[in-house]
Amino acid sequence: MSGATSQLAAHLSSSLTRFEGRLATRDSGLVKTAVLAVSLAFFAVFIFLPLVLVFAEAFRKGWDTYIAALADPDAVSAIRLTLLAAAIAVPLNLVFGISAAWAIARFEFRGRQFLITLIDLPFSVSPVVAGLVYVLIFGAHGWFGSWLQAYDIDIIFAVPGIVLATIFVTFPFVARELIPLMQSQGREEEEAAIILGASGWQTFWRVTLPNVKWALLYGVILCNARAMGEFGAVSVVSGHIRGETNTMPLHVEILYNEYQFAAAFAVASLLALLALVTLALKAYVEWQAARNVAKDSEG
Amino acid sequence: MSGANRVLPGFGLSLGYTLAYLSLIVLIPLSAVFVKAAAMDFERFWSVVASERVVATYKLSFGMSLLAASINVVFGLLLTWAIVRYSFPGKKIVDALIDLPFALPTAVAGIALTALYAPNGWIGQILEPLGIKIAFGPYGVLVALIFIGVPFVVRTVQPILEDFDAGFEEAAASLGATRWQTVRRVVFPALLPALLTGFALAFARGVGEYGSVIFIAGNIPFVSEITPLMIITRLEEFDYQGATAIASVMLVISFVLLLVINLLQGWVARSTPRAI
Repeated sequence: MSGATSQLAAHLSSSLTRFEGRLATRDSGLVKTAVLAVSLAFFAVFIFLPLVLVFAEAFRKGWDTYIAALADPDAVSAIRLTLLAAAIAVPLNLVFGISAAWAIARFEFRGRQFLITLIDLPFSVSPVVAGLVYVLIFGAHGWFGSWLQAYDIDIIFAVPGIVLATIFVTFPFVARELIPLMQSQGREEEEAAIILGASGWQTFWRVTLPNVKWALLYGVILCNARAMGEFGAVSVVSGHIRGETNTMPLHVEILYNEYQFAAAFAVASLLALLALVTLALKAYVEWQAARNVAKDSEG
Repeated sequence: MSGANRVLPGFGLSLGYTLAYLSLIVLIPLSAVFVKAAAMDFERFWSVVASERVVATYKLSFGMSLLAASINVVFGLLLTWAIVRYSFPGKKIVDALIDLPFALPTAVAGIALTALYAPNGWIGQILEPLGIKIAFGPYGVLVALIFIGVPFVVRTVQPILEDFDAGFEEAAASLGATRWQTVRRVVFPALLPALLTGFALAFARGVGEYGSVIFIAGNIPFVSEITPLMIITRLEEFDYQGATAIASVMLVISFVLLLVINLLQGWVARSTPRAI
């Protein structure tokens, strides 16, 4: 058994044998009870209860109200717009992520680290500012405002603005999953493929992609969750026109502000379900990736 | 490395596309804020960003983000410790749900926290007789920012604690240190860079957070208005200059925080002993 495998086996074995089984790293029963009580209470109050509450409130008035809230034409159009925005934003950011990772992880050039920082930029910008920038460019008083008006093109308070804002806030997700992984993998395998006569695309499809597929999937899952759930940025550019420019999160806000709590939580429960599916997929992808690492180090 | 001895193809294409897409989607739009703000005369700019109401929002946004990030460091560390070091029923589910604030849309988090902490909510009705009012006030902002910040601290500290070699603790114990001394003098210093990074990430996210906060805050001027809300308020008044001025201040703050986070992450990378 190689060193890497035994290390991994130790890593995968439960914390019971790793820490609680060793005298030096075992905390006293009292400490353990206290840490568990405090941290799990914190977890329950700030994370678990809000999640449970979404579903409890959604079904408080029964199935009929729940179904009615989701079958409402405005809700259906909000769901459709949310799916559309994600269907455009996710593939675009996927292509960008792959392209950026190829350039950054496979070549050396000046300013590489700075480029990574710039790619992360949308994460540190407030969503409200992210929406505002597009208003400043495409809005009625923006850079292209009068030009767009002359040709009767609507971007702000219309679907294109929503798509743009969604692209902005989900911009780094795929790139930031791929770049560190491809950097750590190195470029030897791809170089070997090219030297043996494979074309660039063949190398990408047969060597690079299989090596990064789990990270890629992970990035896409997170990108999609954020794309469907974005609120602040989309809120600024949407104009909140019912049935036209409302996404699901915006629809939740409108229903909530109209005191239609059961309906608001019904639509919210769909988004919460999406979040749970996202977390489940994430756990699955992590498990698969860990299994692959284990397989690699055995073989 | 010169272009001539590159084996792999596609450098020009991938870097060109990356730079073009980055410029179109992120850099040029963000520069619009500064171009527009620079076009304002300074007195007008200053009267917006230093007005009493806006300054009150900086104080609230910064104060509550600092407080929330601090609370997250303390409880996040305990939670990470429990997940990494102990076994308990439901641990896998707790571990997976830590990321809920990343995955749950902020508007959903906002209305859920509001319903939970409102005077008639599950938690609110326990706190109300004690005279503690959370929702529709500044502490509502705090609760929302705590929720948003949890995964930043846990997910930054967790890998460091998982990789921490228990041998150090055994060495400390065998040299006569008590368990508390070992944790405080041996384990804690190793976690410190990650804790600070988690703190900075949670803080930066808190300052810009909008969706989860506005439902629970009550948005009372001078009491519970956050800075991003002021941008929305100015926009709704069609005061684009005012909105831009406040946005430019927020952007500068974001850039400074990004720089600090980068430096901290460099510190984490350097101070973590590499496995061979």
